[in-house]
Amino acid sequence: MTVCATRSTPSRERVPDPVLSIDELTVEFETEDGIVHAVTDVTYDLFPGETLGIVGESGSGKSVSVMTMLGLIPQPPGRVVRGEARYGERDLLKMPTKELRKIRGGEIAMIFQDPMTSLNPVFTIGNQISEAIETHNPGMGDKAAHQRTIELLELVGVPFAERRVNQYPHEFSGGMRQRAMIAMAIANDPRILIADEPTTALDVTIQAQIVEVMKAAQEETHAATILITHDLGLIAELADRVVVMYAGRVVELADVYEIFNSPRHPYTVGLMNSLARLDADLEWLDPIPGQPPSMISPPPGCAFHPRCVHSQGRAVCRTDIPELRPIGDSGKHVSACHFAEELAAKDVVGALVEEPS
Amino acid sequence: MSERSAQPVPDPFSPAVTAGGAVAGDIELSHESGLDLKARSQWAYARIRFFRHKLAVISLFVLAFAAIVAVFADQIAPYGFDEFDFEHIVAAPTLDGWHIFGTDQLGRDYLSRVIYGLRTSLWVALLVASVATVLGTIVGAVAGYYGGVVDNILMRLVDLILVVPFLAVLLVLSAYLGQGKPIRVGIIVALLIWTGLARIVRGTFLSLREKEFVEAARAAGAGDMRIMFRHMLPSTVGPIVVTMTLLIAVAILLEAALSFLGFGVQPPTPALGKLIGEGAGEGFSSWWLVTFPGVVIVTLALAVNFIGDGLRDALDPQQRTRA
Amino acid sequence: MLTYVIRRLLFSILVLFAASILVFWGMSLVTSPLGFLEQQPGVSEQTIQNIKDRKHLDDPIYVRYGNWVRDVFTDKFGTETISDQPIWPDLKRAMGHTVQLIVAAQLLAVLLGVAIGVYSALRQYSAVDYAATMFSFVGLAMPVFWLALMLQVLFVNIYLWFDVRIFYVASLNSVDPGTGIHFVLDRAQHLALPIIVLAVAGLASYSRFMRAAMLEVVNSDYVRTARAKGLDERRVTMKHAFRNALIPLITLLAIDFGAILSGAVVTESVFALDGMGLYFLTKLNAGDPYPVMAFLMVTAVLVVVFNLIADLAYGWLDPRVRLE
Repeated sequence: MTVCATRSTPSRERVPDPVLSIDELTVEFETEDGIVHAVTDVTYDLFPGETLGIVGESGSGKSVSVMTMLGLIPQPPGRVVRGEARYGERDLLKMPTKELRKIRGGEIAMIFQDPMTSLNPVFTIGNQISEAIETHNPGMGDKAAHQRTIELLELVGVPFAERRVNQYPHEFSGGMRQRAMIAMAIANDPRILIADEPTTALDVTIQAQIVEVMKAAQEETHAATILITHDLGLIAELADRVVVMYAGRVVELADVYEIFNSPRHPYTVGLMNSLARLDADLEWLDPIPGQPPSMISPPPGCAFHPRCVHSQGRAVCRTDIPELRPIGDSGKHVSACHFAEELAAKDVVGALVEEPS
Repeated sequence: MSERSAQPVPDPFSPAVTAGGAVAGDIELSHESGLDLKARSQWAYARIRFFRHKLAVISLFVLAFAAIVAVFADQIAPYGFDEFDFEHIVAAPTLDGWHIFGTDQLGRDYLSRVIYGLRTSLWVALLVASVATVLGTIVGAVAGYYGGVVDNILMRLVDLILVVPFLAVLLVLSAYLGQGKPIRVGIIVALLIWTGLARIVRGTFLSLREKEFVEAARAAGAGDMRIMFRHMLPSTVGPIVVTMTLLIAVAILLEAALSFLGFGVQPPTPALGKLIGEGAGEGFSSWWLVTFPGVVIVTLALAVNFIGDGLRDALDPQQRTRA
Repeated sequence: MLTYVIRRLLFSILVLFAASILVFWGMSLVTSPLGFLEQQPGVSEQTIQNIKDRKHLDDPIYVRYGNWVRDVFTDKFGTETISDQPIWPDLKRAMGHTVQLIVAAQLLAVLLGVAIGVYSALRQYSAVDYAATMFSFVGLAMPVFWLALMLQVLFVNIYLWFDVRIFYVASLNSVDPGTGIHFVLDRAQHLALPIIVLAVAGLASYSRFMRAAMLEVVNSDYVRTARAKGLDERRVTMKHAFRNALIPLITLLAIDFGAILSGAVVTESVFALDGMGLYFLTKLNAGDPYPVMAFLMVTAVLVVVFNLIADLAYGWLDPRVRLE
């Protein structure tokens, strides 16, 4: 059984116009030790109704692109060097804060990683969710908002919602809190839902529940979702397409099946190879050798080359930064590697193709 | 059986992989990967962080200067601290005869008086801080390490001391015991300010107690004393040093207050607070009698506080700053 | 909640008793109320013995302690040793004045300190921030009595040079302050400088503290969530950040009471105000333990009460602590 076989729903038919378009986004941070190039030339689209997964290690810039887009990165020390984040007709990066605020929490909502610290400890859950509702629905009265809050909590599966709505975050368990955060995010029927490591801070058993809640939330809102995580299992369960990031750049973007079955970037290959397998008898786990690069002075050329098996020391890897190029026929699979075609030829990820023992 | 390709995972750091003409090796690769491999010890980092504080560094010089003046008072002071000169009573500051700080009611050169006062204040403050630190560390360590009943009793004792406002108790005690020697004054002041340090040490020990390395030490057969001193104490050195510095500042101010009110160090030894007290009685036109000793006190306390701030950032960057 | 309060109260009473025993014992070692009388040549042995008999001064210490405790409850702290003057009325009067001073000073320190601290945190590294930080450091390094004296010097000289009395530098009121609003104004003019002096240290401390607390809170995850929800900055700051930052300040205020009182003692001495501090100093110098004991116990009670209030307020403000 492959990891991907658990997905039963086929990928949705895509409407041509993306609901969100990130184009060459480049963000830097000024620090005491130098300038951190958090993300460079990040480009991807988000189509309505789909779930776009963004994968990468800590520090790869996964969260920075979306946080910048929502104006949640303090500038200074952050700085948008160039790029666009087109939402509909407008560029979010150039939008005045007042208008951006109307979108935040309304049309574009975000769920954060650690629900314990992401919820204000001195206000009740109900208060905080109602606040989200009333901010974007100024006409709505307190009672109506309160009612809606209870409905939302029930939707995400919080039992005894009527009672629990008046409790404080510390009275909720970790999974409950994350459900409350999800409720808060979908409160205003967002068009885009962004989940930043939604399950990382939770127990494994709770993670499965939260995945179900997220699916329910998507069903309810039909929102396009950006799922940021380093958990490939989550990607396999939820994502339609996947963006792979390394050292602040997009290195691969493809359908989720293609990412798992025929990755075309050595980093992605390395990720897939390093997975622990239920269906194979491995003697060793196979991590990617080396360390993540410094974001202040990244290696010249391709940032991955010091750890890349496939570069084999070829000079171009050390001198030229590879561009994102389409691979294969569909045009929907792009990779940033000088030798991406070679990967198609080699059978490097043969293990992921079904092979009876 | 896995159908993985049979080739072994190549070692990216081996020369073969980086072949391309250049001599491969770890150094080249790590440069390429942008890693900064210079290893530094923990103390070196602390030192770097401390010296980033310009104010702390300046204060260090100021304090060093003050210490030198205090130690070499006999050589530096232009006059003895009780040299009377009845021809120049209560003279304003003047360059004539090097009475830069003026003279007092008995014609004594004020600069010299202030210098000797500085020496007394510094010495008492250091004594106080040392005694308070030792006492506070011991009590805090015992309370934090043993926890339970011992902790309860000790903390109630601390509460007891805190309940009665300490200046009041200070005055009461010094009215009896403090007449004269700086040592007595010092011990009394120390007895009342050690509680803050005890609290901090106790807190650290309580949290350290749960850490694995303590359990490991215990499993290896180490006795309580050894665990406390060899294993747990080094981790608390940071907060202790920072608090001790702040205690020095507090001690300076407390001693000044005591001697100002007439308790504490007795004549003829000058103490800065006492100088101010005596000067205040002269009326408001001889401003130098009150100003100069006060400026010295403020400068000292400021310098110590800045250094304490710098130390805190250097040794314990996560600690929340109070004041 | 109620059980917690009761438990704390009972415990506090215990602590107060223990403190009183300790202090009483300490006082008996330290003071000799008849000491200076005994040194007077004109006073006969009989007079001294009479006083001793009347006040049971020759009884063993536990008897004297018992008498004192009885006096505290039945006779409002009893009377002074030599003069036989009842202690409580004097103490009460002095207390009233000190309370005016302390309350006004704390109010000033807290309101200004919180405002400055919050502003400094929101406009970090601005000119105001640096100025406020400098001021805080200097304020905390200044001995209270010195600041008092310097202000006295300043305002006396202003009077001498410009013949204008802005603030008075001594005592609570002028000789004939009048009544009603005139009295209040006169009192205000006299108390202004002492209030400023006392407020400085508090101001320095609270502004630094608020700044640090606000900074920590403003960078927290829940503030980020609040922003992500689309709340405007003012709401984010005032509702979410400020509330949380205020919590530790409350505890600070209560704990500070002892230090404030010490500052008040010194300030009253310099400005010659008829308050608890001066009362304490005078009686201490006279060597009479009973009024001194009264002072110490009253202040101990106040400290305990304030600590309890702080704990309760903390529980009210921070729901995480409430489950006691």
